[in-house]
Amino acid sequence: MGSNMAECHPVGFQWVMEAKERGATIIHVDPRFTRTSAVADVFVPLRAGSDIAFLGGIVNYIISNGREFRDYVGHYTNAGAIIEDDFRDTEDLDGLFSGWDPERRTYDNTSWQYKDMPTAASAGSREVSGAHGQAAGSHGATHGGRPPHVDPTLEHPQCVFQILKRHYARYTPEMVEDACGVPRELFLRVAEALCENSGPDRTSAFCYAVGWTQHTVGVQYIRTASIIQLLLGNIGRPGGGILALRGHASIQGSTDVPTLYDILPGYIPQPHAERHQTLEQFVREDASPTGFWGYMKAYTVSLLKAWWGDAATEENGFCFDYLPRITGDHSTYQSVLGMIDGWVHGFLLLGENPAVGSAHSKLHRRALASLDWLVVRDLYEVESASFWYDAPEIESGELRTADIGTEVFLLPAAAHTEKFGTFTNTQRLLQWRHQAVEPPGDCRSDLWFAYHLGRIIREKLHASTLERDRPLLDLTWKYPVAGETAEPSADAVLREINGWEDNGHPLSSSTQLKDDGSTACGVWIYCGCYADGVNQVARRKPARDQSWVAPEWGWAWPANRRLLYNRASAAPSGEPWSARKLYVWWDEARREWTGPDVPDFEVHKPRDYEPDPDARGADAIAGDDPFIMQADGVGWLFAPAGIVDGPLPAHYEPHESPVQNPLYGQQANPARDVFVRKDNPYNDRDRDTYPYVVTTYRVTEHHTAGAMSRTLAHLVELQPAMFCEVSPELARERGLQHGGWATISTARTAIEARVLVTERVSPLRVQGHTVHQVGLPYHWGTRGLTTGDAANDLFPLVLDPNVHIQEVKAATCDIRPGRRPRGGRDG
Amino acid sequence: MRIGDLLGRWPVLRQLRARDVRGHGATAASPQTRHLHPRTEDADRVVQSICPYCAVGCGQLVYVKDGRVTDIEGDPDSPISRGRLCPKGAASRSLVSSPGRLTTVKYRRPYGTQWESLPLDRAMEMIADRIIETRARTWQDVNEAGVPVRRTLGFAHLGGATLDIEENYLLKKLYTALGALQIENQARI
Repeated sequence: MGSNMAECHPVGFQWVMEAKERGATIIHVDPRFTRTSAVADVFVPLRAGSDIAFLGGIVNYIISNGREFRDYVGHYTNAGAIIEDDFRDTEDLDGLFSGWDPERRTYDNTSWQYKDMPTAASAGSREVSGAHGQAAGSHGATHGGRPPHVDPTLEHPQCVFQILKRHYARYTPEMVEDACGVPRELFLRVAEALCENSGPDRTSAFCYAVGWTQHTVGVQYIRTASIIQLLLGNIGRPGGGILALRGHASIQGSTDVPTLYDILPGYIPQPHAERHQTLEQFVREDASPTGFWGYMKAYTVSLLKAWWGDAATEENGFCFDYLPRITGDHSTYQSVLGMIDGWVHGFLLLGENPAVGSAHSKLHRRALASLDWLVVRDLYEVESASFWYDAPEIESGELRTADIGTEVFLLPAAAHTEKFGTFTNTQRLLQWRHQAVEPPGDCRSDLWFAYHLGRIIREKLHASTLERDRPLLDLTWKYPVAGETAEPSADAVLREINGWEDNGHPLSSSTQLKDDGSTACGVWIYCGCYADGVNQVARRKPARDQSWVAPEWGWAWPANRRLLYNRASAAPSGEPWSARKLYVWWDEARREWTGPDVPDFEVHKPRDYEPDPDARGADAIAGDDPFIMQADGVGWLFAPAGIVDGPLPAHYEPHESPVQNPLYGQQANPARDVFVRKDNPYNDRDRDTYPYVVTTYRVTEHHTAGAMSRTLAHLVELQPAMFCEVSPELARERGLQHGGWATISTARTAIEARVLVTERVSPLRVQGHTVHQVGLPYHWGTRGLTTGDAANDLFPLVLDPNVHIQEVKAATCDIRPGRRPRGGRDG
Repeated sequence: MRIGDLLGRWPVLRQLRARDVRGHGATAASPQTRHLHPRTEDADRVVQSICPYCAVGCGQLVYVKDGRVTDIEGDPDSPISRGRLCPKGAASRSLVSSPGRLTTVKYRRPYGTQWESLPLDRAMEMIADRIIETRARTWQDVNEAGVPVRRTLGFAHLGGATLDIEENYLLKKLYTALGALQIENQARI
């Protein structure tokens, strides 16, 4: 769901096809019939933006028919935990949970907690404020361990399982039909197939992509899948899971080793000004005392030692003060508005093209035109570098080149074949690339750019006595360089990421990290990638020469585990759930966990280990608690902390939707980030102006915002023009001609595209009305061997409140025949 | 050349002899085509790499001759891709060797109407100056409430998902030391 895997991840899809040949049932749920649908056993067309209603229907089907995997649910999830008495569900409050503050548009999650025990989110609290103030992901003192009140029979009315049951009771097959436009028989076929193919002998997996994340309720889409997979026992077991199909070569790597504002390497929170003034306060507030986040201080101190070396001492809190503090949402959409509003003056763009790829890209181009200076590094001249002379706003006369004061530096980047380095793929696997050739001309790696930029700035400020320059001047910034271009060593950086003991010996595992300053480690979850002084990431033992898990190809974090939480692949007793799904199990003779993968568990912790009530860290995780990163060791059906828009997913309509929410009085996610301002107009709700649903997607021949594909002759020949997909019914309704032009419009702007009339996008019946959907690939822009309008121009800034990701997979639009109007001085 | 040899080369005769009436079999070969061979055979070196497009992480073999990439093929050793590449991965030799690639620095001065050239070293100096100046101008020791924040919100960064983890690491490290917070990448979209 939320993915066209056959086209967008085609080589990964070979494994889906192989599973199909071995008897697996392939189900594709998507607004469009695609190449993935073509080879699926079941295709389910649904209305874009209605997935939680569909998935919630499956949760209801499982529970109301008693199809949950009882042993798994009872032992490995928080199903039995009793929640605070004053928790109120969407059932009680017509679409809101208890704790809603209508003025600040945030939730206070006090009433969502385990009864008599506030809980930490697994990775600490997050700064989650949107445009409307601040809210904390978790709050108050955190206490680890198991919830104090648990009903193992799952019958207590205030236990998670019963709350879940009541919450999803209204997600009936009839409701699914009404909300999603999916006939109930088809829905029931999917629900039954999932249940039939789950349990001790079988597992089912969900694959998703940005079709699930790019919504104002994106995080809750994934949460709903988590609930299904926990109920069916499909997490931590071979063939199970919820698999994110990510779109860039190292987008996982740039999340783990974040160029992101709210986290430090390894998902350590970026400290907050008020809550995290000292290291002790930071750890007290955000480390969970139990589970592996109990060692957050060791992870943080080791990071500070990697960055500030000898300057980081026990006395100065290991330079914790050197970390800049967040005070709210500092995500890219806020920065872009800051450019327009005049408080962000400079911008560095490395391999990203927001003038095409970001929601409301017109707004992004205006932001670029508002800067003092802009640095763009790319393989090709992208729209985000050329906007000052070829943006659509130049053509329309809204902007004039001579009025744009932005100073632009466009620097050529080295390609993947021209440098050493590591990509982390979508399954957490780190793979080292060897350099094949030298980069041409002025092309340089981004490692070169970062290193030399730092070197030059440090040289320019070396005599500074200003306090603010101490972090820069104390920074460890000595990396060996080689060759004519003085290319820094990626190998040396990888060694720092792995970390070392104070005697310089490379670390082998994050369990060696200390909070006393005796270890340094750049990215604690990657600790072990250079174990024994060997680049584990560069391992290339051919697939045919090792087990099917292939543990000697590259290196996966953490600790080279290929399947997370794999303790759950065995029953609480430590025996495999079934011979068919054998993976990791307890070997009684050797007193250890074993299997073809690295156990995601302390190897010698007995299956029947029971922690003391006051145990801390890993010692607090029982022998039958597979979810070792969670404070309570179990999977969360209900999330008492860590999510800002509700402890359970509820169906809300997209911000722009042609239909009423059939489930609640509350129309859209109440906590979503909205930006009410003149340059970000939202479509009116009336069905006459913007009657249709619009969604975006990719094609197999192009890549994201197009810089790496619109520039290549082979790919452009295969996929030569921007187009829109409409059904024959919609074509008739609007007089659209196959192969002709259409103009698609929203309150933001209008774009044009060639019309592709196809039954692949079929109209759906929703609440007695016909809903038409318009599909748009988003790869095009003003440059390259093929040019076209950017689909993202149509969408508004409106974001998921947990992660600030924009809603571009469901909005409303109009579509008319003909080309878009040409504005501007020449008419 | 003997007449028999010459006759033996006559396609019609060869097709008849080989019962390859349609000429789609081995008889279609000529001395020229018989001497054709894949350019991968001429490579000085074959380097293991990973596809730069999506996050599946397919293995690539980069063929190099005379310091140039002559071909990129799927790596059959990879347990992920088993030698396969998609249309984009298969086109990645074009990606790295296309004549449309940027190879020099381009500079546009404020209000300028055209690109100018600029030496790389000079560009790096100027970028460093811009960062230092903007940072100094927008520095915040404390926020409105007087709480230490030690940061600048005067400039921002975007991009990282197409870069290596080593690159992301150095960038985050440098920006953090500069007090720059608005560091973001494609994971946000």
